[in-house]
Amino acid sequence: MALYHDDDQAMLADSASQFMAEEGAIAKQLRHWRDCECKDGFGHELWKQFGEMGFAGMMVSEDDGGLGMGNVEAGIVLEEIGRNLTPSPFLTSSVMAGTALGHASADLKERWIPGLVSGEHVYAVALDEGPKHRPETIATKAERSGNGFRLSGSKDFVIHGASADMIIVAARTSGGNSDNDGITLFAVPKDSSGLSQDAVRLVDSSVATHLKLDGVELDGDAVIGEVDGGREVLNRMLHAGRVGAAAESVGVARGAMDLTVDYLKQRKQFGRLIGEFQALQHRAAHLYSEVEIARAAVLKAQQLLDAGSEQAELMVSVAKAKAGRTAGLAVREGVQMHGGIGMTDEYDIGLYMKRDRALSEFMGDAYYHAGRVAQLSGY
Amino acid sequence: MADLETFRNETRSWLEANCPEEMRQPVHDEDDVYWGGRNASFKSEAQKQWFEACVEKGYTVPAWPKEYGGGGLTAAEAKVLREEMGRINARPPLSSFGIWMLGPALLKFGTEEQKKHYLTEIARGEIRWCQGYSEPGSGSDLVSMQTFGEDAGDHWVVNGQKVWTSYADKADWIFCLVRTDKENKYQGISFLLFDMESEGVSTKPIKLISGNSPFCETFMDDVKVPKEQIVGEVNRGWDVAKYLLGHEREMISATGGGDRATSLGSAMSRQGELDAVLRAEMAMFDVDALAFTAMSEKFMDELKAGKGHPAQPNTLKYAGTELNKKRHELIMAAGGSRSLEWDSEESDGGKPARSWLRTKANSIEGGTSEIMLNVVAKRILELPGA
Ligand SMILES: Cc1cc2nc3c(=O)[nH]c(=O)nc-3n(C[C@H](O)[C@H](O)[C@H](O)COP(=O)(O)OP(=O)(O)OC[C@H]3O[C@@H](n4cnc5c(N)ncnc54)[C@H](O)[C@@H]3O)c2cc1C
Ligand SMILES: Cc1cc2nc3c(=O)[nH]c(=O)nc-3n(C[C@H](O)[C@H](O)[C@H](O)COP(=O)(O)OP(=O)(O)OC[C@H]3O[C@@H](n4cnc5c(N)ncnc54)[C@H](O)[C@@H]3O)c2cc1C
Repeated sequence: MALYHDDDQAMLADSASQFMAEEGAIAKQLRHWRDCECKDGFGHELWKQFGEMGFAGMMVSEDDGGLGMGNVEAGIVLEEIGRNLTPSPFLTSSVMAGTALGHASADLKERWIPGLVSGEHVYAVALDEGPKHRPETIATKAERSGNGFRLSGSKDFVIHGASADMIIVAARTSGGNSDNDGITLFAVPKDSSGLSQDAVRLVDSSVATHLKLDGVELDGDAVIGEVDGGREVLNRMLHAGRVGAAAESVGVARGAMDLTVDYLKQRKQFGRLIGEFQALQHRAAHLYSEVEIARAAVLKAQQLLDAGSEQAELMVSVAKAKAGRTAGLAVREGVQMHGGIGMTDEYDIGLYMKRDRALSEFMGDAYYHAGRVAQLSGY
Repeated sequence: MADLETFRNETRSWLEANCPEEMRQPVHDEDDVYWGGRNASFKSEAQKQWFEACVEKGYTVPAWPKEYGGGGLTAAEAKVLREEMGRINARPPLSSFGIWMLGPALLKFGTEEQKKHYLTEIARGEIRWCQGYSEPGSGSDLVSMQTFGEDAGDHWVVNGQKVWTSYADKADWIFCLVRTDKENKYQGISFLLFDMESEGVSTKPIKLISGNSPFCETFMDDVKVPKEQIVGEVNRGWDVAKYLLGHEREMISATGGGDRATSLGSAMSRQGELDAVLRAEMAMFDVDALAFTAMSEKFMDELKAGKGHPAQPNTLKYAGTELNKKRHELIMAAGGSRSLEWDSEESDGGKPARSWLRTKANSIEGGTSEIMLNVVAKRILELPGA
């Protein structure tokens, strides 16, 4: 398979790019919801438009009413989201929950998929139990109770948790906290009794929650996949989420770079455009090179994942680490090359810096993923 | 697709039958690969066997047309062959400036006669070429070069000096930039080909910091070059030269990922325990190297499909060579004092240290990193005054 977008994918990229630049623009979405201190941190109207465009359910199989697309296509939408800093529940709902629901029972699918496809429902995933991404360790417990389960424990930094109609929770049904086996995934409805959430606004104006499960009672049919064998689906969800976040990071990097390169062509000092100074030209060119490399790595990971390759896991971590480092470079160089105004709230470049910070933590930062690359390579 | 799968299977069995076990190992050093030429000799029987098998199939230059000694493969087939060779770690059967640089330029600018003659020689490893671009006063600013060819009817009389001519002492022929018009800077250069045994050509080796002498000063003293030995038109050699540089940059950047099949960190950790911070740096390097490999693959695919920015080889060259230098810094660090040995048998004649030093040239030869960044800033980012 050639390592570039095929014709259909290129068409999708055109329409996603146009849609996001118009409807998902910074002034219209991110600044708007931030400045009115919206409790969701994103707009439900836009999310419904994602449904109308076919984006919301793009990864849902055609049999289940979606478009049956893969990580490459989802990545195309995410890159545009990143470029425009468009706040939306696409990554947690369509990519991560969508991937998990693909492995759910017919009943669960019937209950949750139509709302996803139409953009009526928002879903979140509750995996981490601390400020760093460590899905290897899961302490939240699910004990058998009647013909269902009783969940207790806590989860942290659940993005869109407060807005979610349903939250996918990874809990332990057997074994020790760090065991690979013994994990079970549950689809937990927002109004479940015993479920409480504390919302916190993050640096990028997104909203996450600290989630408590205080004896939440669920039917047996809330289980996604196999009891005790949830690691398999969890990993699929993680891979999709990581490569998706990497694609969004590439978008953030491109957005920040484009803004900065434009600025270099406008700002004059010493009687010249600052873009004429070689000190800045070389840094901009280095950044461009890193962005190109990150884009290629992300596309490679998406293709391998969609092809079910054994190499996918390694490449997903490469992509997440590389895209995160690159976006970090892009926003730091961006703010610096804007000079004083880069520090002002009025200019967008600072918003890119904030989004990058949050996105690079999401589903594991570059340190975590470089560590995984080492581990998967046997050292 | 089905055809491609058939081709993959056939290729796999062909490689199984024809690529000797000894040739399925990473390349450690320049003479692990056969470079061809009038005076060439094979390092081993296996090397010879592998080379001859490939010549017969046209697989020394798989994507060149069959009539010029190539394999006539499509882009997709050539990629399959590369993947299958990569899978078993097969060494390239033949390396040469003819393949990487002159060949592509001849395919684009050469006459039918030139293609038949020179390309076939290259494909069969018969003639080894060297590159005469740089001069003592003209490195990055190549277009300022002075070597002059005086028009003498059916030939030019060439006088001047080239420098840094890699393998000039081993090469049979040279492709050489010669000024044929002193008034016009860019449109006063011709791209000439001549035999290094021509009267008036002499070379003097230059010793490098790695202790080797792979390149030379090359002197031209009233060298006669027949008029038919020009590629492209008179005074339009700069177009050929630039086109060729694009290919040279791709080739040099291809070394960036190093040995693709294995992770540097895992290879180094097998030699001994890595300090925690060095291990972390290895991990970041492996991230960069694998990501870069994806970028080269994407670039190659785009190139074959006529997509991608024409200045992209500069990006690739910059990133690939900087990465390769980093790679050898890490190898030296992991080896500790052992990697300092300069001529011991155990170090295979100081291989780690000499290779480390050699890689420093990667970001100089074929256009320096700074020049690559200039080109990217100007042609891709379109920054002012670059
Ligand atoms: C938080 C804060 C507080 C401040 N407080 C004060 C204050 O109290 N009083 C006051 O007077 N000022 C203050 N400043 C302004 C500050 O001194 C300027 O922002 C600074 O001098 C840079 O100028 P500039 O913002 O116009 O950026 P520019 O000069 O436009 O620079 C933009 C970019 O171009 C680069 N650049 C410019 N020229 C060259 C060159 N020749 N070669 C290479 N690169 C070049 C810069 O390094 C920068 O990256 C403050 C700024 C900030 C951010
Ligand atoms: C191992 C090796 C093999 C080679 N093989 C060949 C060969 O086979 N044939 C051949 O013709 N040549 C060959 N070369 C020569 C090579 O192409 C030149 O060395 C190269 O183009 C740089 O030229 P220079 O050495 O004159 O450096 P200079 O051009 O003098 O550069 C010196 C420094 O200044 C920087 N610099 C120059 N101009 C600018 C600018 N505008 N902006 C910013 N920085 C700048 C450079 O980046 C460099 O860091 C080889 C070189 C090496 C090291």
